[in-house]
Amino acid sequence: MSINSEYKPKIVAFCCNWCSYAGADLAGSNRLAYPENVKIIRVPCSCRVNPMFILRAFQRGADGVILCGCHPGDCHYTSGNYYTRRRMALLFSMLEYLGIEKERTRVEWVSAAEGAKFAATMNDFTQTVAALGENKRLEDLRCKR
Amino acid sequence: MQKITRENLINKAIELLDNGTVSRVLGWKIGEFAYDVTPAVFTTKEDLQKDFIFDDFCNANFSKYLIAETRKAEEKVLVFLKPCDTYSFNQLLTEHRFSREKVYAVGIPCEGMLDIGKIKALAGEGIIDVIPGEGSITVKNLYEEEKTLAYGDVLTERCLSCKSKKHVVYDELMGEEGDVIDSNRFDEVEKIEKMSADERFAFWQSQLSKCIRCNACRDICPACTCEKCVFDNPKSSVNNKAISDSFEEKMFHIIRAFHVAGRCTDCGECSRVCPQGIPLHLLNRKFIKDINSFYGDYQAGQEEGSRAPLINYTFDDLEPGEAVGRGV
Ligand code: SF4
Ligand code: SF4
Ligand code: FES
Repeated sequence: MSINSEYKPKIVAFCCNWCSYAGADLAGSNRLAYPENVKIIRVPCSCRVNPMFILRAFQRGADGVILCGCHPGDCHYTSGNYYTRRRMALLFSMLEYLGIEKERTRVEWVSAAEGAKFAATMNDFTQTVAALGENKRLEDLRCKR
Repeated sequence: MQKITRENLINKAIELLDNGTVSRVLGWKIGEFAYDVTPAVFTTKEDLQKDFIFDDFCNANFSKYLIAETRKAEEKVLVFLKPCDTYSFNQLLTEHRFSREKVYAVGIPCEGMLDIGKIKALAGEGIIDVIPGEGSITVKNLYEEEKTLAYGDVLTERCLSCKSKKHVVYDELMGEEGDVIDSNRFDEVEKIEKMSADERFAFWQSQLSKCIRCNACRDICPACTCEKCVFDNPKSSVNNKAISDSFEEKMFHIIRAFHVAGRCTDCGECSRVCPQGIPLHLLNRKFIKDINSFYGDYQAGQEEGSRAPLINYTFDDLEPGEAVGRGV
């Protein structure tokens, strides 16, 4: 991080194929701006994301990880996101218990029609993480070259 | 202190071997010292009389051993289960890990088991004998000294916060039927929750960095029964000793605890076997406590066939953001 440039946190956004990824697409085609440091990883369903994915993202240098899926009730596979919701509630609570800043993780439900919500969410999340600074507590020094 | 004696158990085992109910007996075997008791399989009367032991160091939970043992012979295996062991037994049945028909389970009461680590801390090294008494034990050492210690001071941590003296499953019960106990097992978790984030981080960093990645906690765990484990995958980068990198330690412990979340019966075996004395139960109990408060009380292993909280849901579960207290 050089003195002149503004600090840009690395954000990983897991987006389910059927809603949130389409929502991101809509944000794009509507030319709604969201930070370019948000890296989207498309997953078939939010429940494809296991806790290891989140930790891995932090290991490889993410400063914040957000998981987006269909609104509860709207999952393409009917119930995937209900499982996601329980899993992430427990994982986030555990991360907080270990002293890792709770603002670095988030789950947001974004539908295919919510391009504006997608952009707003990413803007807000990026700002929150930027305020925290670099991820130090879940970093892997071997991955920081 | 245990009221059911070694002789009672040996006689029971011989009776069941003789009448053909079982062909093998899972029990505790005397080790080199009075306190190093190891799990063993007995097949004859003579072996039982020679090596079978039942004392205050019979900590080992046999439930997981049944997966391998029930596959080895046609006949049933006799297993002795303490109250806490029966929860693991049920949980394994729920997950179809062994066949109930292949086991003859005898429930035995438990007054709490002893922690040799605590005894050594109080009485020093060179212990050659530990003699149980009323409310206390007498420790003898190499130098012909004797020391009396109160039971309460040398009980294992898990027995101090025992959740149940009730056997939730058995074919036969020896001794009295016990009750579920209103334990204080979440006190420590609450203490950590009350710390600041920095303090919590420092606490866990200091604990988890002691880990030598021996995998004993995984191997002993009755909830960890996958034939192939993520931690053995050479590509996982968590398959061997963490190279003094704090990420790996945290990753291992979060994932280990997460993989048993909702299925961990809080048997306490993981913390007991950890050679580094890491309080792993405080990770498991955090999940148990959260599950209880988010989704309603749930005790893994209490009821065979119950649906674990992480493979279940309701339409109005709380949002992950609410779980960490920052709104949705
Ligand atoms: S995680 Fe520990 S306390 Fe829980 S079931 Fe496994 S060994 Fe027992
Ligand atoms: S038993 Fe203890 S030292 Fe061994 S892997 Fe588990 S936590 Fe680490
Ligand atoms: S498909 Fe979007 S959450 Fe399941």
